[in-house]
Amino acid sequence: MKLKSLALAVAIVSALAGAAPAFAQAKEQFIPVLSYRTGAYAPNGTPWANGYVDYLKLVNARGGINGVKLTFEECETGYDTARSVECYERLKGKNGGASLVQPLSTGATFAITEKAPVDKIPVVTVGYGRSESADGTVFKWNFPIAGTYWVAADAIIQAIAQKEGGLDKLKGKKIALIYHDSPYGKEPIPLLQERAKMHGFDLQLLPVTAPGVEQKATWLQVRQARPDFVLLWGWGVMNSTALKEAQATGFAREKMYGVWWAGAEPDVKDVGDGAKGYNAVTMQHGAEPQSKLAKDVVAMLHDKNQGTGPKEEVGQVLYMRGAMSAMLGVEGIRAAQERFGKGKVMTGEQVRWGLENLSLTQAKLDGLGFAGVMRPISTSCTDHMGAAWARIHTWDGKAWKFTSDWLQADEQIIKPLVRSTAAKYAAEKKLTARTPADCQS
Amino acid sequence: MFYRENGQFKSSYRADQQVFPILQDRVAIGLVLIFAFAVVPFLASDYLMRAILIPFVIISLAALGVNVLVGYCGQISLGSGAFMAVGAYGAYNFFVRFPGLPLIPALILGGLCATLFGILFGLPSLRVKGLYLAVATLAAQFFSDWMFLRIKWFTLDTPSGSVSVSNLQVFGLPIESAASKYLLCLAMLVVIAVLTKNLVRGAIGREWMAIRDMDVAAAVIGIRPMYAKLSAFAVSSFIIGVAGALWAFVYLGAWEPAAFSVDQSFRLLFMVIIGGLGSIMGAFFGAAFITVLPIVLNQALPVIAGWFGAQISTVGIAHAELMIFGGLIVWFLIVEPHGLAKLWSTGKQKLRLWPFPH
Repeated sequence: MKLKSLALAVAIVSALAGAAPAFAQAKEQFIPVLSYRTGAYAPNGTPWANGYVDYLKLVNARGGINGVKLTFEECETGYDTARSVECYERLKGKNGGASLVQPLSTGATFAITEKAPVDKIPVVTVGYGRSESADGTVFKWNFPIAGTYWVAADAIIQAIAQKEGGLDKLKGKKIALIYHDSPYGKEPIPLLQERAKMHGFDLQLLPVTAPGVEQKATWLQVRQARPDFVLLWGWGVMNSTALKEAQATGFAREKMYGVWWAGAEPDVKDVGDGAKGYNAVTMQHGAEPQSKLAKDVVAMLHDKNQGTGPKEEVGQVLYMRGAMSAMLGVEGIRAAQERFGKGKVMTGEQVRWGLENLSLTQAKLDGLGFAGVMRPISTSCTDHMGAAWARIHTWDGKAWKFTSDWLQADEQIIKPLVRSTAAKYAAEKKLTARTPADCQS
Repeated sequence: MFYRENGQFKSSYRADQQVFPILQDRVAIGLVLIFAFAVVPFLASDYLMRAILIPFVIISLAALGVNVLVGYCGQISLGSGAFMAVGAYGAYNFFVRFPGLPLIPALILGGLCATLFGILFGLPSLRVKGLYLAVATLAAQFFSDWMFLRIKWFTLDTPSGSVSVSNLQVFGLPIESAASKYLLCLAMLVVIAVLTKNLVRGAIGREWMAIRDMDVAAAVIGIRPMYAKLSAFAVSSFIIGVAGALWAFVYLGAWEPAAFSVDQSFRLLFMVIIGGLGSIMGAFFGAAFITVLPIVLNQALPVIAGWFGAQISTVGIAHAELMIFGGLIVWFLIVEPHGLAKLWSTGKQKLRLWPFPH
């Protein structure tokens, strides 16, 4: 019996050895793609997904991560939390297991945050998600790399202050926040309240029910209260509606500041000239059709008919956001390979380490084609965000143009807020903060 | 032939009044239960349990609740999503505010919150009927959306308004693995389904059905419409509330009011209509049709297209899924307006005569 099984094993091994080149090719790192190309948010979700998928294809076209090819599979969520959870469950175990997941919706981020530590899959939320998850000592598996909504809100307040001639000039001003009435829209509120307390401006909260086409009552309130500035925390169809309402109300678009989900081409295209002067914060990049990355994508994918989506959209704001999100995930895998073995397929846990020890210098970014698009990012065990930089861009009727310098969110405000909110979460969940030893793992 | 009742004589009232008077049914149900409890947790993959079976079981429970109200008592309701939300947030508040409260009592207390809410929004049913009532219950939906978005007390002042639970336990056993979650939901479903089945067979159920069929006649023979209607609202919203709490606690883990939006209410109503009004079995069929079928289509379409050497984009799949699904709903309702449960009983009837149909 033993001899028989030994012979069988030998036979299998020799068969495998014969198929060794094929086996080596099968080394593939799997990345699930949760996207929404249908539903009320499709106009914004589609370019993001195109950018994300294109970047993964580009990595493969460039030869993979140290030879490891990426595989991916898309799953349509329709921005529905239950469906996102289904997609996550469907894809997490496929093709050797998901290396990381980018939920692309605040609701799904919240739901998956509860599941990721059990499944050992890092949750990457580039510029969105839950703001307190920047605290890596509590949120071991969450990575809101390159900024959160608190960073975005802080940058907007700073930009307004610069326009007014200093933070002290904000005293007595009225700032209204028109927000999508969901966890996503509510995220900036704690930070804005903090800032309002510091500088003595009056913060008005004007929620808009999802999906946000019904805003008449909200803008009536704007007309009555006459705020000095309006912050727009919308998504999808809500943004263009808000701009049209602002036009109808006669509220100056120059005094409107959107979050980066409200600052892309689909939001303003339909409004055209009516959106002229409208500002939005960008989490680092804006529309970058001139960047090396966009040119690479066009040359290596679209010119060979391998691109995703229309060629004209390459380099637009949300496309770049998708590409940058994918890049940060891929660089996490690359960083993990540097420690755990180059050219190997990384597990979710190893990728987590990589994302936590990300060090993207300017030189590296330039090499990847992100020169001028973004600033260096380096994450650590305690800081899962890595950078808190943003810029403001303005719609001139045809394109988004940068109208501010780089702004950095004030760490003095963000850090304590992150720490206290994360501590509250830890207390609720009875989590203990990670030890330095855990940081090395 | 397979389903022959010949020779199965009932010699006592007890035997005559069983839930399943026919031996074949008892055996079949027994086998299904053994399969669901003892075999599925070992056979089903993690994905199958977490993403398909758990939602299916929970939504079946909710559909059962809706069926009590809509199918048995004839009170059309579009507030089911709200009852689910009240159950979920109610259970959450009990669970978090009273540390040490075990999970199952918290779920039941959540259901009781939904009961109160349901009775409150059931009051208009004493005056209005049919579509008018549907619109009145829609108010419950919008009220709950507003309540859980605006009143911070319910969400414990969480900045984002999204709440989450963890460390779930039942009798000291952690509810973390897919199998444990599945078994918890299944156990709740079976217990509640058996209780409901007995309720609708008994005096209360008969009152509901009398009200459904003709409320004036029911009142004439001495059924109190207020009692009957409000008790239907109470029972139904309790069941829906427990389902909502399970949906939030076990399936999502973290949720926001959007998880219980008006879409959910519509879906639940479609489930009982497609599954079969006034049938416990119908709730399961309807839930399977509405929750499982889109996912199956979503995964089957690319494979089917692959056989013909075609590739469908993600958008194509999503759209095709909606079209096929919509088409199937229309087709089913034309073929069998009484729902899938009726199809099932027709099938049983045919089996009775097989192989010699008249």
